[in-house]
Amino acid sequence: MEDKIVTQGLNAYFGDVHAIKGVDIRIPKNAITAIIGPSGCGKSTLIRCMNRMHEIVRGARVEGKVMLDGKDIYAPGTDAVMVRTKVGMVFQKPNPFPTMSIYDNTVAGLRLTGVKDWKVLDGTVEKSLKLAVLWDEVKHNLDASGVSISGGQQQRLCIARALAVEPEVLLLDEPCSALDPIATAKIEDLLFDLKDRYTIVIVTHNMQQAARVADYTAFMYMGELVEFGVTKRIFENPEKELTEKYITGRFG
Amino acid sequence: MNRYAYRKLKDRAASGLALACVVAALVPLVYILAEVVRVGAPAINWEFLTSRTKGTGEPGEGIGNAILGTLLLVGYASLIGLPVGLLTGVYVSEYGNNRFGTTVRFFNDVLANFPSIVIGLLAYALVVDMLNVGFSLIAGSFALAIIMIPIVANTTEEALRLVPNSLREGALALGVPRWKTVMKVMLANARAGIVTGALLSIARIAGETAPLLLTAFYSNYWSASATEPIASLPLTIFRNYNSPSDVLLHQAWGAALVLILMVLTLNIGVRLFMMKRNRKPKVVKKTWKTRLSLRA
Repeated sequence: MEDKIVTQGLNAYFGDVHAIKGVDIRIPKNAITAIIGPSGCGKSTLIRCMNRMHEIVRGARVEGKVMLDGKDIYAPGTDAVMVRTKVGMVFQKPNPFPTMSIYDNTVAGLRLTGVKDWKVLDGTVEKSLKLAVLWDEVKHNLDASGVSISGGQQQRLCIARALAVEPEVLLLDEPCSALDPIATAKIEDLLFDLKDRYTIVIVTHNMQQAARVADYTAFMYMGELVEFGVTKRIFENPEKELTEKYITGRFG
Repeated sequence: MNRYAYRKLKDRAASGLALACVVAALVPLVYILAEVVRVGAPAINWEFLTSRTKGTGEPGEGIGNAILGTLLLVGYASLIGLPVGLLTGVYVSEYGNNRFGTTVRFFNDVLANFPSIVIGLLAYALVVDMLNVGFSLIAGSFALAIIMIPIVANTTEEALRLVPNSLREGALALGVPRWKTVMKVMLANARAGIVTGALLSIARIAGETAPLLLTAFYSNYWSASATEPIASLPLTIFRNYNSPSDVLLHQAWGAALVLILMVLTLNIGVRLFMMKRNRKPKVVKKTWKTRLSLRA
């Protein structure tokens, strides 16, 4: 198995708060990796370190290395904007741009970085919305506002928007926590279809979700990576007592 | 008296007091409006709006040059004040998370509540005296622009702060550069608030009198020259009201009515604009269908 992202001695801070404590994790290529753990354990912060979104927060800083295909994305001279085009992100709450149509939302990443060729944009809209399994629901309504559709559709629109810039990695930060079970199932099916082409990292509170979709699972606690392995093994035969306690619902 | 009745009484008293205060606040406003319309309206006719001031009370006198002067002063001031204020607001909100940003924010607040006569003195010292331009349209516009900048900057900053952070993060996570995120996502979503602030700042400077005394001064002639003194509605009111002539006094009321109507129109325009914006638009932009029909 080939590693897409490797962190080495990763530490992340919010001011004086030490949120990630020396995490070494290897994210396998073209697979789904779930990160589970109780609230506040640093799951979201960890993936936000993987596309340099952590540093946007005031007072936040990162130490250590995050290797994307063997190259440190925190090396001096590395452009955070370039990193983010390779490592896309979907957030907890659907956040389509309210002032843009569904069409413009889908290709926002292209149009805002200067792509003007309508043929390219039209093709990308159709392709991305089909990848996100949203095309059939919105194809007659592409001029409607991005916030006029349902929450589940909005989240798939956000996935389509992330896919439109053709990233190699897709980070999802609890993408289903604001959605109902049907919308959640749609997104999980979608992730399954996408994993041949993309490396996917999903943060989730929902252990059933991790068990359903993920090939690998990482368990975090208090900013540390406790255990990482094949999902089946983590859930059926965890090595650490802490992992077992969390999975069996004895805390968290 | 039982407790329930006592509580009820207190409730009534508080409501009554609040209502009385509202009435007390409204009475002067309504009175001023009514009085300005009553005395001012008879003075207004076509000749009054299109002839120049003479300051003598002769027949055929008007306030046309003062209306033009106010429009020019406000126009030039907006040309300077709006872009500077807007960019200051953008800077403070989007790039001002540091000591410099905090300082700028502080001085903006101070400047926004500065006595306007002092700003007039500054413009006098700088433009009229030091640059040796003399009393002029440009000096007046400069003073008004200085008054405008902190208002526009503060409302812009406020409007940008109201845009959910998730939209900023959403754009940045797509690999959109920061300035593009600010221009196309943040400003687009803050547009309603920014336009409101801009229009209100224009309404505010349209009625400024004190700084114009020291900068634009006054003229009884038609003038659009940037370096000549120029008339304005507030100063017309001020000058005419101090004159012994009844005709001039009525012209002051007429000018006051014109000024109030200009400011009210702007204010009501802002309200209508906001009401329209608050109804969420279903269709954002014709991009897809219009292009499909173009291709066909």
